[in-house]
Amino acid sequence: MLDALFFRRWLTATAAVVDREAERLTELDSPIGDADHGSNLQRGFRAVAAVLEKEVPDTPGAVLTLAGRQLISTVGGASGPLYGTLLRRTGKDLGDAPEVGPTRFAEALRSGVDAVAALGGAAPGDKTMLDALIPGVDALDGPSGSFGAAREAALHGALATTPLQARKGRASYLGERSIGHQDPGAASSALLFEALAETAESTETPESTETAESTDGSRG
Amino acid sequence: MKMLINVAETVVADALRGMAAAHPELAVDVENRVIVRRDAPVEGKVALVSGGGSGHEPLHSGFVGPGMLSAALPGEVFTSPVPDQMVRAAAAVDSGAGVLFIVKNYTGDVLNFDMAAELAEDEGIQVAKVLVDDDVAVTDSLYTAGRRGTGGTLFVEKLAGAAADAGLPLERVEAVARRVNENTRSIGVALSACSTPAKGSPTFDLPPGELELGVGIHGEPGRERRAMMTSREIADFAVDAVLEDLAPHNPVLLLVNGMGGTPLLELYGFNAEVQRVLVERGVAVARTLVGNYVTSLDMAGASVTLCQIDEELLRLWDAPVRTPALRWGC
Repeated sequence: MLDALFFRRWLTATAAVVDREAERLTELDSPIGDADHGSNLQRGFRAVAAVLEKEVPDTPGAVLTLAGRQLISTVGGASGPLYGTLLRRTGKDLGDAPEVGPTRFAEALRSGVDAVAALGGAAPGDKTMLDALIPGVDALDGPSGSFGAAREAALHGALATTPLQARKGRASYLGERSIGHQDPGAASSALLFEALAETAESTETPESTETAESTDGSRG
Repeated sequence: MKMLINVAETVVADALRGMAAAHPELAVDVENRVIVRRDAPVEGKVALVSGGGSGHEPLHSGFVGPGMLSAALPGEVFTSPVPDQMVRAAAAVDSGAGVLFIVKNYTGDVLNFDMAAELAEDEGIQVAKVLVDDDVAVTDSLYTAGRRGTGGTLFVEKLAGAAADAGLPLERVEAVARRVNENTRSIGVALSACSTPAKGSPTFDLPPGELELGVGIHGEPGRERRAMMTSREIADFAVDAVLEDLAPHNPVLLLVNGMGGTPLLELYGFNAEVQRVLVERGVAVARTLVGNYVTSLDMAGASVTLCQIDEELLRLWDAPVRTPALRWGC
């Protein structure tokens, strides 16, 4: 089962991985956006990590809702509302449950991803963050779903945006010239799943690894 | 790339501190990034709030004051402001007559202003929104984010600001803003790329012998890249591109706008060429504004904006305005 502590550790891990990858995200954003995706997300997730040190919400839903609100208040651009909505909607879907199973989390995350799609008006293949989020949540929600599989699927989805032509956001103004560049939003979305897998792996003690894996593998 | 800054992280805050020192008639909240005319809320008058990424100065902060905006919200460089700034500003300037949000058509600006409008309405503030999308370089289709908001923003803010100053109610101020947007078209040309403080180097690669036709105000590429052209040739291209989309039967307001890195010597010369083409095409120019108003950091280049007017809009244009960057009649 995943508790509030698990979600705090996930978001802290996300802040660390965004810090680590900020320069790469900004580089990806340079040819097809305006070269600030890394620094914008870094500012937002640093603020999330900071608020989660001060306030300690005691349910998974409250952790995610607080983090989402913080992103909306600090990131700006399109990333702020989109990432903020992803976490807020996921958190709201989880409600007041003190702990949630991985399957329940996957369901909630899917409603978060659906909210992102509705807000941005994008569909799979438009070369946006959805191209990593949807494969990620599909893998998590699948019959053999695990955090590791979600990480792989999201990363694969992000890499697969390279040959696509952007149809949403600022990159859409490039038309055909957006082809050949990985979408920075999909790249950062894959980082969320990377941090999730890291968190799940570091939660497993050597003795409990087998249990955790069988828990992951038995879902669906 | 040499820049007159300390560190990239404090560029916006440093600029706001400097703006506060230069303009005591504005209340500048550096921490929350809200610039409000000091006499707001003005009793019985609709308030105008706009904002967007920093790096386009004087848009929007330089347009705060009597006759134009009530408040402006600068975001990070080229990044839209956040809803908290917008709600804070709306609450500070609302006299009870309502607030008009003027939003440029970029995904980030639209999403944040939409969220802010909901939050402000929750607080009992009546909010209307108008979207500025004047850039003819972009095809407005299902497959793009739609036309960008660029130089036309100045006309929307000035004319709607005058309408609010005249005491019109919210729905009529909103209608003026929409009418201005519908009658306004722009196109931009870049001679060099801009450099953001965070990146410290040009955001796109434009070789010395080439120019980008139809560039956006964040350096987004436009229609095509060509070998460098003369001012005369650029004016022909720009005016024709705008007139393809807007066939004015009335006189127009003309904005010949610098992108930040082109001196006035060149802009005035370019204006002479723009005026020549307009005469050749039979378009009468009622008023002309030349200068750096909707910029893109240090980008060299210019944009041309035409706004077709009627008698009411011309009266609103001539109405007094007193802001850091636009000032006449008072």
